[in-house]
Amino acid sequence: MVTTVDQIFVILQHWFVGYLPAILQPFAGVLLNVVAIVVTFPALFAIAVLLERKGLGRMQNRIGPNRVGPYGILQPVADGLKSLTKEDIVPFRADGVVHFMAPVVLVVVVFMGFAVLPMGRNMTLVHMDSALLFYFSMGACTELAIFMAGWASRNKYSLLGAMRAVAQMISYEVPLLMSSVAVVMITGSLSLDKIVEAQNHYTWGLPHWYIFTPWGLLGFLMFAVAATAETNRSPFDLPEGESELVAGYFTEYSGFKFAEFFLGEYVGMLSISGLGATLFLGGWSAPLEILGFMPSWFWFFAKIMLSICVFIWLRGTLPRLRQDQLMNFAWKFVLPMTLLNLFVAGLWRFLGDGWVRWVVCSAILVLAYVFVGRAEMHRKHYGPRSYRYAE
Amino acid sequence: MLGEGILKGLAETAKNFAGSFVSKERMTTVEYPEERLPLPEASRNFPFLVYDGTDWEAGLRCVACQICEKECPPKCIYIDKSKDKKPDHVGKMQIYPTKFDIDISICMSCQICVEVCPFEAIKMDSEYELATDDRFGGLLLDRHQLAKPNEYYHKIHPTEAAEVDARLAEEKVKADAKAKAAAAAPKPAAVPAAKPAIVASSVASPKEGEAG
Amino acid sequence: MTIVFWVLAVTTISGGLAAVLLKNTVHCALAVTGAFAGLALLFLQLDAQFAGFAQILVYIGAVAILVVFAILLTRGSETPESGVFSRTWFAGLCIAAGVFAVMAWAILNSVSALPHETVAPDVSVLQIGNALMGRYVLPLEIVALLLTAAMIGAVIVAMHEKGDVK
Ligand code: SF4
Ligand code: SF4
Repeated sequence: MVTTVDQIFVILQHWFVGYLPAILQPFAGVLLNVVAIVVTFPALFAIAVLLERKGLGRMQNRIGPNRVGPYGILQPVADGLKSLTKEDIVPFRADGVVHFMAPVVLVVVVFMGFAVLPMGRNMTLVHMDSALLFYFSMGACTELAIFMAGWASRNKYSLLGAMRAVAQMISYEVPLLMSSVAVVMITGSLSLDKIVEAQNHYTWGLPHWYIFTPWGLLGFLMFAVAATAETNRSPFDLPEGESELVAGYFTEYSGFKFAEFFLGEYVGMLSISGLGATLFLGGWSAPLEILGFMPSWFWFFAKIMLSICVFIWLRGTLPRLRQDQLMNFAWKFVLPMTLLNLFVAGLWRFLGDGWVRWVVCSAILVLAYVFVGRAEMHRKHYGPRSYRYAE
Repeated sequence: MLGEGILKGLAETAKNFAGSFVSKERMTTVEYPEERLPLPEASRNFPFLVYDGTDWEAGLRCVACQICEKECPPKCIYIDKSKDKKPDHVGKMQIYPTKFDIDISICMSCQICVEVCPFEAIKMDSEYELATDDRFGGLLLDRHQLAKPNEYYHKIHPTEAAEVDARLAEEKVKADAKAKAAAAAPKPAAVPAAKPAIVASSVASPKEGEAG
Repeated sequence: MTIVFWVLAVTTISGGLAAVLLKNTVHCALAVTGAFAGLALLFLQLDAQFAGFAQILVYIGAVAILVVFAILLTRGSETPESGVFSRTWFAGLCIAAGVFAVMAWAILNSVSALPHETVAPDVSVLQIGNALMGRYVLPLEIVALLLTAAMIGAVIVAMHEKGDVK
């Protein structure tokens, strides 16, 4: 019974494919999985948008959308219909082909990332040796899509937004990769399936997730920071800072193409949350051994939605960074910390089991965090700010 | 330590988030069509025409002197003056506007028409739900749409309306005294004809009674 | 199999040609990105996952962006009025043809040297890793040192100079 529920999607897929002629079967199986992904994540996107609007409202002591349907739960439907029926305006001077391709490339590339995420036991679309590499190479392509959008619009806001976005994404891609490399070093594999398997063990009913190790905790924090920046989310939302750049690189997009950018942004968030969950939070494994009876895909999606909530919480809390603060933070704090984390992960591997490695690794990381943090705050790159008003 | 401020901020928003479900006082939203805030007494947007009595056509205080039409800065008032005279609500023969239109899509709510009107005939309304789907005629209000009873004026601007009524009553007393003095010699029984047949404004009527 | 190969080959070559022939420099950069993508897919078609993904990650994710940035920062993105061919195009063509000839010669020679295998050699990421950490560890370390030096250099360049008032 438990395994039936756990494997329900796999069983359904086999059952469905079984009705097709043998020659079509492998093709149909893959197609079915793709369709499932392409349907599920936009649905989650709708939920995420609703959660965001309601949650942000509550954080600001507002009600949030409450007109469409009971408690406003049909708001995403209304939003979707609105963007679909709006006129699609292309600026007269815009570069038509590139302008059209940018959102398409973005959405395609963002969805490709899901191909390698293990969404449950036996629920990975493509089993790849170098899954992580695949994921990051797809992530690298989004920069190009954003650049195309900004450049093709022939609008200075778009171009500035795109330049900011690309600079920011390149800067934060490095720590993103570095913090994931620590996981690869410990697991000894680039395959996300193996990474999840390696975390799916329990001691005293508690899971062996990487976040519960010193290097994993720091790695996860740095990963979270870099992921927030990669997805252009607040507080790193300079590329679309509406007070400065209208909407950044997608200023000149309207109607369905705008919706595509919006979709790309949120699905990107879902996908990077999925990656973070896979790398540090044990992917689809249950948080406690006794909870193992719940289906594995449930845990995966629960973790994704939880991190979406954290994204929203951060957005409701933090003000936007300035460009120089952003860069300073990336290159002078996040990157050194991830490099140190790599070193510590190596230590962890070679100090063997026992309490020694816990003490040594934690001590190094805590000391480094405190000292680097102090030094950086002292130099007023971030931390409490003072203002001088004009006389 | 680095990150302390972020944690504090997160705690604050979490408190807001949780609190918004518990305490109603936190929420500042007024859900407009169902709930609405009472308008302040001095609020105003577009002018309307005051009438006394129950018949809007006869009761209009406006005598089509066209001062407001001339003074209105964006020229959004249009008045046609009548050729004949008709009895007003107290039966006095008056010239009246056969046409009185205000285009509120042009009106800028400056209240100048109100200031210049010597007959207290035009006042500012506070009605704001005026949206219409008729692009051309919807916002051009004619005299029927503009006419509103004095009671309505009392309802929306009580203080101001009371002052206006007092002033009108005072003027009436003076005018009556003058008329009496002028008419005293030839015909002493001219006054009772002006006795109000219909209930005029609530504040003015007792004074009128006194005057009569 | 062959159909896929031809599609990819055409994509790659037309991308390359477009990069040379198009007028607008940013279009050229995008076309060259298309060529990179085609190349990466060719690698993948040959089951060389690591090379393919590295190609995407490095060439599309970094090199293309760098090219594009360079174009934008040097005001080269305006479309030139007249032809896009430089005056030395003939010399360039000769060099390209020379390089192509040498490479073709080398490849044609080596094919006859290889045994005719139909089974592709299985090169997994694990093997690449082992090779990098074992046999090629010295080159790897040298490259790592070089990159670290480059990164430190970048950090120093980005640092404020003394007396630099903000
Ligand atoms: S309020 Fe001003 S603009 Fe409006 S009708 Fe009166 S005078 Fe004209
Ligand atoms: S509203 Fe007043 S000012 Fe205007 S025409 Fe009538 S009486 Fe004259």
